[in-house]
Amino acid sequence: MSEVVESGAVAKAKPEKRVKWAEPPQIGFAEALYLPAIVSGIGTTVKRIFGKNETRQYPEVEPEIPPNYRGVHRLNRDDKGRVKCVACYLCQTACPANCITIEAAPAPHDDPNWKDRDKFPASFEIDELRCIYCGMCEQACPVDAIELTSIYDLTGMTREEMIFDKEKLLEVFDKTSEGGKDPVRTKRGTLGPASEILNEQ
Amino acid sequence: MMTWDTLWPLLVAMGIVLAVVPIAGLYMTFIERKLAAWIQNRVGPNRVGPLGLLQAVADGIKIFLKEQVIPGHVFKPVYIMAPTIGLICAMLSIAVVPFGPSTSEPTPGFRAIIAPGVDIGLLFLLAISGLSAYGIILGGWASNNKYSLYGAIRSCAQFISYEIPLALSVIGVIAAAGSLNIERIVNAQGPGIGSWNVWWQPLAALLFFTSALAETNRLPFDLPECEQELVGGFHTEYSGIKFVLFFLAEYTHVVTISFLTVLLFFGGWHFPGLEGEVGSTWGGYLLRWGVLLAKVAVVIGVIMQLRWTLPRFRFDQLMGVAWQGLIPLGMANLAGLAVVLSLGLSRWWMTGLSLALLVVTGMISAATSNKLVGSRSRRSAPAASWKTTAPAGGTR
Repeated sequence: MSEVVESGAVAKAKPEKRVKWAEPPQIGFAEALYLPAIVSGIGTTVKRIFGKNETRQYPEVEPEIPPNYRGVHRLNRDDKGRVKCVACYLCQTACPANCITIEAAPAPHDDPNWKDRDKFPASFEIDELRCIYCGMCEQACPVDAIELTSIYDLTGMTREEMIFDKEKLLEVFDKTSEGGKDPVRTKRGTLGPASEILNEQ
Repeated sequence: MMTWDTLWPLLVAMGIVLAVVPIAGLYMTFIERKLAAWIQNRVGPNRVGPLGLLQAVADGIKIFLKEQVIPGHVFKPVYIMAPTIGLICAMLSIAVVPFGPSTSEPTPGFRAIIAPGVDIGLLFLLAISGLSAYGIILGGWASNNKYSLYGAIRSCAQFISYEIPLALSVIGVIAAAGSLNIERIVNAQGPGIGSWNVWWQPLAALLFFTSALAETNRLPFDLPECEQELVGGFHTEYSGIKFVLFFLAEYTHVVTISFLTVLLFFGGWHFPGLEGEVGSTWGGYLLRWGVLLAKVAVVIGVIMQLRWTLPRFRFDQLMGVAWQGLIPLGMANLAGLAVVLSLGLSRWWMTGLSLALLVVTGMISAATSNKLVGSRSRRSAPAASWKTTAPAGGTR
């Protein structure tokens, strides 16, 4: 009880100590004349004229895009050149924008190349206009088949050509893996845990 | 009276002005964009032609080919007339401004001035530059749009306010030359760099430059067209070639006031080392022309630099600068000039007087502006209010 009274008394006695009073700056002779400020302002702008400019001449000089940039998608190929995707629908389920459409088909068992696979995507479409480039498909993929590349300047003349099918997505893989600008998450040839199990079988 | 011998110099001078001013206007926009870019650490237009030099041409072609939109709600005759009036007034004022070295008395043959030897030159100029407010006011009114009208009203108030210090500041120059004729005013500054008017009337030069800048409606005085408040100001409803005419009028004003500042205060085509009669040799003539144009280019550069240095005035500040600052200063300067001239004192008294006036103004301004902000000893007052407004029960 006495403590409360005491602290209250302290607060009443010295309210000024807790408050920092800010004084508006005084207008002096130089400020009232305007001229010194104008001259120093011109000095600043003249200094800027001869300073370094920050412009990047874009179409000629391209920006350095970090490898973990989330740009256009690609579908990875495995060692045998097949599409790595196993048509598990995880990316399609994870996609918040519903831009991925997969049609699965049983792997061709008569082909010796496809013996280790159950399913493969008969068609794999990504609507690049609908995509929000969040990268959740990439996170969901158990075999590291879908990845976002650092291609940032995607353009098209029609909506139809912005819907990327399986061939186009594989082309993106060929283009980006040749250029040496692989996404940072996986390395070419190294498969995710699930696909490694498949390989061992 | 009017023979071919008197007509052709006139036509040549008019042709030069009519051809050079629009092109200069276009290239001034280009230089201004470049300057703005450099000040803001950018590159500026550099795609059209070498170093972007054809950007001005491209802009010109684009704006001539643009669609002419005439909104349905405007008062058509005045709406169409207004930009033309603005440009005519801007161009008219160039008529008495020598754009090259001229003699005091008009000579036969080519002359670098449209109307040589006009004895009311400076008066004509002040009158016409006052008229150019009509273009803006009529345009703003005929647009039938509240933002345009606001811009026009502001422009009107600004012109009325800044005409006064403009006229007050040139009286000293007129008194020194004993003439309103601009060629004579320049040639009176002929003997040596010391006889330039700026040295003995620095305050008048400052007043003239400031109020002339306000007359051009450029930053920091561009309230009639300030984008943040008034969309586009008086030219909100204008597009295509009509907008260009307004724009050209503004740049013509800039050219005119740059020439005038140089001619009235900085010795015009005179420069130390260039002695003798104006038209005696061709080399001297061209050299003088170069000197004049170089001085004008410097003034234009300063005007552009000021645009990217200073923020825009608030409207009450704009009026305050004119009525509380420039006009009293102009009056006091005029009174001092009258004393110095009537007592026959040396001109250099005027220099000291100008500086003293500036110092006194600064002191008065410093004293009063601090009083306007309020008393410094507020410490007790807010503390008391903090006590009384504290909630009775507390909030803990």
